[in-house]
Amino acid sequence: MHELSVCQALLAQVEQVARDNQAQHVDKIVLRIGPLAGVEPRLLQDAFPIARVGTVAADAELVIETLPLTVRCQGCGAETAAQPNRLICGACGDWHTQLISGDELLLASVELTKA
Amino acid sequence: MCDTCGCNITPGNKHLIEAGGKLSHSHDGKTAVEVLHGLLSENDQQAAHNRDHLDQHGVLAINLMSSPGAGKTALLEATIAALKDELRIAVIEGDLETENDAERIRAQGVPAIQITTGSACHLDAHMVHDALHHLDLAQLDLLFIENVGNLVCPASFDLGHHRNVVLLSTTEGDDKPAKYPVMFRAADLLLLTKSDLLAVLDDFAPAKAEHHLRQLANAAPVLQLSARKGQGLDAWLAWLRTEIAARREARQKFRAAPKLSGVLK
Repeated sequence: MHELSVCQALLAQVEQVARDNQAQHVDKIVLRIGPLAGVEPRLLQDAFPIARVGTVAADAELVIETLPLTVRCQGCGAETAAQPNRLICGACGDWHTQLISGDELLLASVELTKA
Repeated sequence: MCDTCGCNITPGNKHLIEAGGKLSHSHDGKTAVEVLHGLLSENDQQAAHNRDHLDQHGVLAINLMSSPGAGKTALLEATIAALKDELRIAVIEGDLETENDAERIRAQGVPAIQITTGSACHLDAHMVHDALHHLDLAQLDLLFIENVGNLVCPASFDLGHHRNVVLLSTTEGDDKPAKYPVMFRAADLLLLTKSDLLAVLDDFAPAKAEHHLRQLANAAPVLQLSARKGQGLDAWLAWLRTEIAARREARQKFRAAPKLSGVLK
């Protein structure tokens, strides 16, 4: 349910990037989101057309790239893929792991048109 | 996450995140600007500011999260009754509507600030900042922030607190950590509440709840208690005292350290 507020935070940042670059128009916004970010990409896509109205990104495209979930085992050192509710080592099964990718919620890039 | 130090870019995701230079021109005259900021960086900056305020006064702030009805307010009532002669406590209450919870806390004789969020499903750092301005931090040791009852959204917003305490009541099911991994992964302490009902519930095994928490690579302690019956409170109060002692020690070091001018606003 908080995807709309995330979208509003996103657009505030995009408007700042546009101002910093003296751009009149935003064409494309690229996000990178991990499965443990707590934000659902599909809901973000639904919220975006509502949030972008009246902003410099009023007809921008939103591209969401999903990042993989990867953990590093503190026991055996292996780096393996994981599931959101199963962050154990894929090699030895130990739960003493460290998340090395998967909780990102990043504005990666913005494509702009300058006057 | 934080947008100033790059701590959300790790060796593990660096190759995925860094694509080309800071400014790369595409073929049709458009400019692609690489940003790499956390989407919630505005909230995170406010949260850091809140934490500075709290640290300046040596106040330990605890974010209490659970589903609605898990017993957050009942836990606070029992905790305040046990500690109010020993510690100076205040509570920030988050709910969609009503002052009911704040009134329950005030009845215990400590200050309570109610934030009514309207339809917002979580507290954020700005709401907590506004509430902090209604409290005299110099007169506090311990601040509880009772988040909106919700196992989804509150986990995504840093409030400027020091520890997350997540409550799971025995009537909810022992597989909640597997169902809501983002929330339970963030727990610094898991409290299994309404433990007095374990005797009559045949479908809640504390060991299973703990197993699901470990599957999230979370080493947080798991305690059982019943606030209503006063069972198991000692271990929870001991955890709080340890955290407060650690916060006080950190404050001593903070004060002894060479003064960094301009860091705190």
